[in-house]
Amino acid sequence: MRKKLIVTRRNAIVSGLAAMGGLLLPGCKGKELPPTYGNILRMGDNLTYFAHRALLPGQALVKEYDPRDISSFPATGTFNPGDSSWKYYSEDWDKLHKNGFADWRLSVEGLVTKPLQLSLKDLMAFPAQKQITRHSCEEGWTAIAEWTGVQLSQVLKAAGIKANARFVNYYAFDGFADSLDMLDAFHPQTILAYGMNGKNLPVPHGAPIRMRVETQIGYKSVKYLKRIVVTDEFDDFGENGSIPNGWAWYNGI
Amino acid sequence: MATNPQHRTWVKICHWIVTLAFIGLLFTGIEILMVHPRLYWGEVGNDLTPALFELPISRNYKHGGFTEGQPFFQTPGSPVSAGRTYDIFNQNGWGRSLHFLAGWFLVVSGLIYLLLGIFGGHFRKNIFLSKKEFKWSSIMNDLKDHLRLLIPRASGGPDYGILQKISYTIVIFIALPLMVITGFTMAPAITAAFPFLLDLFGGYQSARTIHFFSTIALLLFFIIHIVMVILSGFKKQILAMTFKRPYEKETDRNPS
Repeated sequence: MRKKLIVTRRNAIVSGLAAMGGLLLPGCKGKELPPTYGNILRMGDNLTYFAHRALLPGQALVKEYDPRDISSFPATGTFNPGDSSWKYYSEDWDKLHKNGFADWRLSVEGLVTKPLQLSLKDLMAFPAQKQITRHSCEEGWTAIAEWTGVQLSQVLKAAGIKANARFVNYYAFDGFADSLDMLDAFHPQTILAYGMNGKNLPVPHGAPIRMRVETQIGYKSVKYLKRIVVTDEFDDFGENGSIPNGWAWYNGI
Repeated sequence: MATNPQHRTWVKICHWIVTLAFIGLLFTGIEILMVHPRLYWGEVGNDLTPALFELPISRNYKHGGFTEGQPFFQTPGSPVSAGRTYDIFNQNGWGRSLHFLAGWFLVVSGLIYLLLGIFGGHFRKNIFLSKKEFKWSSIMNDLKDHLRLLIPRASGGPDYGILQKISYTIVIFIALPLMVITGFTMAPAITAAFPFLLDLFGGYQSARTIHFFSTIALLLFFIIHIVMVILSGFKKQILAMTFKRPYEKETDRNPS
């Protein structure tokens, strides 16, 4: 009798743990979520993503700061793609840089009715947005800067984004690539930044254009952009992407 | 017939889930801190700004691998930009994801524990000090007993001692909630939704520093808790927190 009770209780514990595991199931299935490849950490990432989307108000604005809060700002990762000794050296970027980015074009393609090739001048013709925000690096450091740019939503609308679009992929000259869901892509503070602290975006911080995703951790704000592709299918970007390198795709936390 | 109150099953389950979550969070938390072992106060802190203090816990400690600073403005004392040339230690890919996964287990089982504890009378009966105990002299007496290592033998469940109750109250209602809320304050999507969190702690880096000191407090509790379990009868305490039936009467154990 007693023995049977013990087993029952153990079963209860096991089924309790299994029930908690059930919470992770949204990570395994569902079209709206990125793949997990059976990795329990990626399931946890998806649980966080799912919970944020379910529980947090859609497009709340991040805190904006005062000009006197602007701080020193480390440039990490690639800070000069024109350095030929750097592992992410980009010959294309180097040529464009030497010409003052006059020939630089941002390609906007994929699920859009009107693919665009935007020069810096074209981007600056959109209404400019300035925001003084905090950059939070996954490493634990923070810095505040003033960014000037154009809302990503404006560019996507100009290209005529199609109704079945689900992700906005973006590619950089130094090889990095990442993507946003439509909620963050259309967030009013998600901008393509061409200015920093009142000047043109400096080379160490992603010249000529970088993404600013203020609702997520720093590494979503990819520097040295060259291409934007709207898709209806999640792309993990292979060796250039976060997930295949063991990093979370969603970083609102 | 006096029964010896023992740990309830839901208390045991929550206890062990939180224990495993805590160990996971502590381990990954140390790893995450090793990537940037500098702590600050306010909203901003990075390698180019002064730190409150810096911990010698990885090769990232006081590394000087930066290009010369380029001022953003013409004014003296202007903030600068500098490129990092140093190849830092960074295992935050799995570290962060495992930290948040363990955090889910802490938050979910912690919420269940809080709800059951509030509505089941567990906190009122077992965790909070009674009026009789809530006296300076009683607290000082229990403190003196502890300092003399006069530890009562394990009863295998509540009644808890006075200092024991105080420490459990602090862990359950202050330290662990503070860990979770300061953790939330470091999440950009969460502070966008709840900006008062940043004002509450005085900024992102202040929240991070409080997160660190709260960890130290919990780590001290963790060590003292284990020491007390050993001193009061390791085997009996572990059995009481695992497979021993709750509310078991003496007569059940020795059927005659």
